[in-house]
Amino acid sequence: METASYASLRGHERSRRIASASGSAPTSIAATLLTLLFDGIAYGMLLFVLAVGLAVTLGLMNFINLAHGAFAMAGGYITVLLMNRAGVPFVACLPLAFIGTALLGALLERTLYRPMYARPHLDQVLFSIGLVFMAVTAVDYVVGSMQQNITLPPWLQGRLPIEAVGIGKYRLFIIVICSALTVLLQWVLSRTRFGSRLRAAVDDPRVAGGLGLDVNRIFLLTFAVGSGLAGLGGALGAEVLGLDPTFPLKFMIYFLIVVSVGGTTTITGPLVAALLLGIADVAGKYYVPTLGAFIVYCLMIAILTLRPQGLFARAGSR
Amino acid sequence: MTGSDEALSPAARSLLRAGRWRWWELALFAALPLAWLLLPRQSLLINEIAIVALFAVSLDLILGYAGIVSLGHAAFFGFGAYAAAIFAKDTLADPLVGLAVAIGASALLGAATSLLILRGTDLTRLMVTLGVASVLYELANKLDTLTGGADGLRGVVMGPLVTPFGAFEFDLSGRVGCAYSLAVLAVALLVARRIVHSPFGISLQALRDNRLRAASIGLAVRRRLVAVYTIAAAVAGAAGALLAQTSGFASLDVFDFHRSAEVLLVLVIGGTGYLYGGVFGAIVFQLLHDVVSAWTPQYWNFWLGLFLVVLVLVGRERFVRPWTWFRRGRR
Amino acid sequence: MSAAVLETVALRKRFGGISATDDVSLRLAHGARHALIGPNGAGKTTLINLLTGVLAPTAGTILLDGADITGLSVHARVRLGIVRTFQINQLFAALTPLSSLALAVSVQRGGSAGWWKPIGADAAVAAECQGLLERFRLADVMDQPVASLAYGKRRLLEIATALACKPRVLLLDEPVAGVPEGDRQEIFEAIDALPADVSILLIEHDMDLVFNFARQVTVLVNGAVFAEGDVAAIAGDPRVKAVYLGEDETGAETAGPAPAHG
Repeated sequence: METASYASLRGHERSRRIASASGSAPTSIAATLLTLLFDGIAYGMLLFVLAVGLAVTLGLMNFINLAHGAFAMAGGYITVLLMNRAGVPFVACLPLAFIGTALLGALLERTLYRPMYARPHLDQVLFSIGLVFMAVTAVDYVVGSMQQNITLPPWLQGRLPIEAVGIGKYRLFIIVICSALTVLLQWVLSRTRFGSRLRAAVDDPRVAGGLGLDVNRIFLLTFAVGSGLAGLGGALGAEVLGLDPTFPLKFMIYFLIVVSVGGTTTITGPLVAALLLGIADVAGKYYVPTLGAFIVYCLMIAILTLRPQGLFARAGSR
Repeated sequence: MTGSDEALSPAARSLLRAGRWRWWELALFAALPLAWLLLPRQSLLINEIAIVALFAVSLDLILGYAGIVSLGHAAFFGFGAYAAAIFAKDTLADPLVGLAVAIGASALLGAATSLLILRGTDLTRLMVTLGVASVLYELANKLDTLTGGADGLRGVVMGPLVTPFGAFEFDLSGRVGCAYSLAVLAVALLVARRIVHSPFGISLQALRDNRLRAASIGLAVRRRLVAVYTIAAAVAGAAGALLAQTSGFASLDVFDFHRSAEVLLVLVIGGTGYLYGGVFGAIVFQLLHDVVSAWTPQYWNFWLGLFLVVLVLVGRERFVRPWTWFRRGRR
Repeated sequence: MSAAVLETVALRKRFGGISATDDVSLRLAHGARHALIGPNGAGKTTLINLLTGVLAPTAGTILLDGADITGLSVHARVRLGIVRTFQINQLFAALTPLSSLALAVSVQRGGSAGWWKPIGADAAVAAECQGLLERFRLADVMDQPVASLAYGKRRLLEIATALACKPRVLLLDEPVAGVPEGDRQEIFEAIDALPADVSILLIEHDMDLVFNFARQVTVLVNGAVFAEGDVAAIAGDPRVKAVYLGEDETGAETAGPAPAHG
């Protein structure tokens, strides 16, 4: 299994593009850095949207869901099918991917996941691994194992030339959408009643239940939204990350890195972790392509060894 | 050992009884050479089962006995495989010496990485174990002058297996390899058996059940975790070495996540915490694999996944330890 | 005045803004029968956690026979003879009483790292286990998994495990909490039967037992030492009664505070 990342198939293409986007020698380093930073931020924000559902699920239900990537894959395939078979425009596919995956998540939560919350972590790990295997092979069987390609609408293709740095329009689009989602999430968590109920339930489900909060409904909604966000991320990411049946397995470790390094008690923790991961991966692939994902894994191990609760978790959190 | 039973207190008798050989244990150990003798044409299959069993038993030591959930145990399996293969190719092709080298190398890796799993939550440990296996995968991929990279290390030709009964060349039919693996499995089981009945083994279970209490009776928790992780790594490395030596090559998939997930499943099928779960699980798993793969070769993973989901939903305990269904006082 | 075996000097433990342990200087005399009492939330268990190393203090030192043990780990302190029982049973659920005790005895005798010989091979270990099992009436359940034992038996096992560690200093956190009346006396008799040179610090809510068993008493309120002295002085101290019962109770003999838990 090759763990893919942003630059996997398109690495050489990326390097060439960065090289050709630079102008004269003195500005090329800055231009390269800025391009890398930009791409890294785009990748990081995408990872954040993909992984935030997992972070909240883990923090809320204390459930290690290794199958989270399957929801992202579902969103990607929904988009591909809608676009290529039904001719639905790309931008319209995004909310549809979100809704479709959210519904799928709600269904699975109610039927399969709910009995598993109280189980030991080993059982949860085995269960979600089983789900991933099933999802991966099912998609392979139904759709085939080739990479799926999406043709972006023309207004999202190409680059905005700003100075010597070429800003990819699509990556800019990703950053805008994901930033808006982040702001929205933060607002929901801190300003709405649902948000405070959710935070209460994350802090202590038993006490929350004792206060009369319908913990089951909170779980259901949260799981659905988290899965929906993963689906949306999968749809957004189909172009940059590639989409094939092995997507959940390839990216599982990245989602888990975001969650374990970022912690599960805040939104900003996984956000920062995802951005760091995105930038580190892009920069690493560009500057030291021979080492590949090696750097990311070593960084993760180092961080988790020094701060086992994650970089941003409060003391005493899960 | 001891004198007549009448002189012993009930406590002494019970403690001694715990370490005695059960009839089914004897049957199991007898079955190992019998399988080799009676099923000569299944040697390759039996060899595979023995290797997987050894790997699963090593996982049992950390999962079933010490309570550490690892998603990257293949790291040690793979490390042992490559250590044995590289040693045979570059230095000396003697299988037993290579096995010893692989065990030593894996033990060192286990001791080093054990420091990483001492702190943190279950999730942290999952991530770190997964990360270590992934790092090794990438290393093996990149250091291709040493490891053959993505093509793997091929053409590992082993020398003869030197035993007190004579020197045996590894043959194509796999009979010698099979006997070799079974013998290593048997030795490992015997040693593991002594360990789990010893004070050290009981202390591992104490660590698994209640770490705070274990420390409060004077057990140095970290030291023991390091020790058991090192031992488990050494045994997993032995299994990997067996694979490399009996099949003649080592490839990247020894570090693969699938391997870590499968050995977890094998152990869970057979049951954790009573030492032989790895053996029973390996037999069941291999047979299942062959049956299902013959039927749907491409989509084995689907049925594997379905099996996992059903197994967990129904409850792992129902599959475990069939003889306790008839024993009073247990669940 | 006998030399202090265990001593704390200005011990402090803060959780955020809360002082769970506030400048506690406690001396546990050699061979003491010392009770630690106080209303719920006074910080008694926190103090035990500090003494045993489960929690690290924010400030202050802990001395054992004059030597500073503040930085020692939990298991190192046990090896030096500081043993505790837990208010909520902390047992090994999948082990049996016999194997739990055998393990504790093996650790104490120094044989717990042995990995080749079975745990039953040492006859002395078995003999000690037999003695403990009989003393705490666990002999009939010695082979059952601990998870399946009744609460009273598990409490007895909790105490027996502590005694298996051959303590020099024994810290008992509400040893008879939740134990039926008939077994309570038995537990105290077992504790009373300990050699006189074992120093015992006891947290307890049942005042009858405290006044029967203890010779010195320390009263802890809001993490700080409120009153200290021998049993008679504390029993008659009106301030102590007030702190337990509130200011508006006058004069009447009471049996002590009703425990809100355990």
